[in-house]
Amino acid sequence: MFTGTQSWAFSTSPVLLSGSAVGGPMEAQGPLASSFDLLFDDLWMEQTSYENAQQRLMEEASALAIQKAHIFDEQVDFFISGDLINQMTPTNFAASTLQIPFLGTFNACATSMESVALAAAIIEASGANYILTGSSSHFSSAERQYRFPNEYGSQKPGTSQTTVTGAGCAMISKEGSGPIIKRATIGKIIDLGITDPFNMGAAMAPAAADTIITHLHDFQLPITYYDAVVTGDLGKVGRDICIQLLNDVKVSIAPNQFLDAGLMVYGPDQQVFAGGSGSACSAVVSFGHMLEQLQAKKVNRVLFVATGVLHSPLSIQQQKTMPAIAHAVAIENGSDE
Amino acid sequence: MSMKSKPPFPPTSTSYKQTEQAHETPRPILLNCIKAFLIGGTICVIGQCISLFYISFFDFTEETAGNPTIATLIFITMLVTGFGMYDKLGQFSGAGTAVPVTGFGNAVISSAIEHRTEGFILGVGANMFKLAGPVIVYGVFSAFLIALIKTVLQLLGVI
Repeated sequence: MFTGTQSWAFSTSPVLLSGSAVGGPMEAQGPLASSFDLLFDDLWMEQTSYENAQQRLMEEASALAIQKAHIFDEQVDFFISGDLINQMTPTNFAASTLQIPFLGTFNACATSMESVALAAAIIEASGANYILTGSSSHFSSAERQYRFPNEYGSQKPGTSQTTVTGAGCAMISKEGSGPIIKRATIGKIIDLGITDPFNMGAAMAPAAADTIITHLHDFQLPITYYDAVVTGDLGKVGRDICIQLLNDVKVSIAPNQFLDAGLMVYGPDQQVFAGGSGSACSAVVSFGHMLEQLQAKKVNRVLFVATGVLHSPLSIQQQKTMPAIAHAVAIENGSDE
Repeated sequence: MSMKSKPPFPPTSTSYKQTEQAHETPRPILLNCIKAFLIGGTICVIGQCISLFYISFFDFTEETAGNPTIATLIFITMLVTGFGMYDKLGQFSGAGTAVPVTGFGNAVISSAIEHRTEGFILGVGANMFKLAGPVIVYGVFSAFLIALIKTVLQLLGVI
């Protein structure tokens, strides 16, 4: 049901039936390693290109999510997914392998929650019984597309972020047991003139804050209603800015409730600059670690706010600013469980 | 319950710039300069040693030793880049590894390695000078301009 200015309230309780997270070598050394279903110790993943490796990540994550949902491949009605690589070829090829009717989505690193929100809306409208959603990214394939060749010796500033190698998938279903998708807020593009592609956190922070403020307003909820707010991949710089922006409009949140996927996925001893990023970042943290926390009832109400910067290397070279977006999805444990 | 009004958001780009800059991780410029000086200097010392090696053991003079020295440095860069160490060194030393000829070598070699997956012609061949191309273009162009100025001055009898 359309609520407020840009939100949906789901009354039919679409279920987050299962989730999967697959990662690479850096993620295997991170603090969330135990929440991954599969970890590769090599960035090539037995493939001939990094793009093929990313495709494999997506295929493994999809297969795991279907397997953990205890359903057959044929039962999945739609596959909604996307990634960062030009024309989303890793996802397209994975969809070719899966042979599930496919809707491609691109909102950069906000793709994970964009897909979940769309899947929940389709299920709410009785448009499907099972929808597989997810997103993937690969450090080396993103590096070569967005920045420099992997072996090029450039010096990254402290504000830059490190693309997560991985894929996370979620099975959204009409019925079943699991956390329930309660609400979603579709974000607007917020572009406050940031032009430095090595400072994506600063570009995304106002988008995250805008979506959070709108979400709370649309549903007339205090931020304390949620046990945790998990932002996409703001990183250290973006998270600090986002907290300040929220404070500026009297939305105060305890720092331990305001989690960021980009800061959770890597440990302080790993050289990742301001934190993780990439479309897999929020996907692996949300559908891996946070889903485990929800299933274990360690948290019961979580607002996932996936954030993405929608720039391209071309737009940066043409001196355009970096438009950013954030989508929020509220996932809660049912009261009867 | 009455609807609370939505707070005014987002801020203007101008006011946001201040908020954002206050949170930016500052670049450690002095430290970066020291690291660049030490590593860049070390590369130059190695280059000087190679140069002296060619002068002492082969038939090269101070003027002709330049080319084999550069070739040797680029060959070493190729190995270091290929073994995946140059990018890590580059992160540490910044301009120290970018400015010497090894930085130019690394730009060419890393691009060549990167595009191997797209084949030898449109991959390696077309992309090899993707990063180093501007150095060649503007290097040749500035050399032309300087030569032109020198010729004009010589014709005018100034030099």
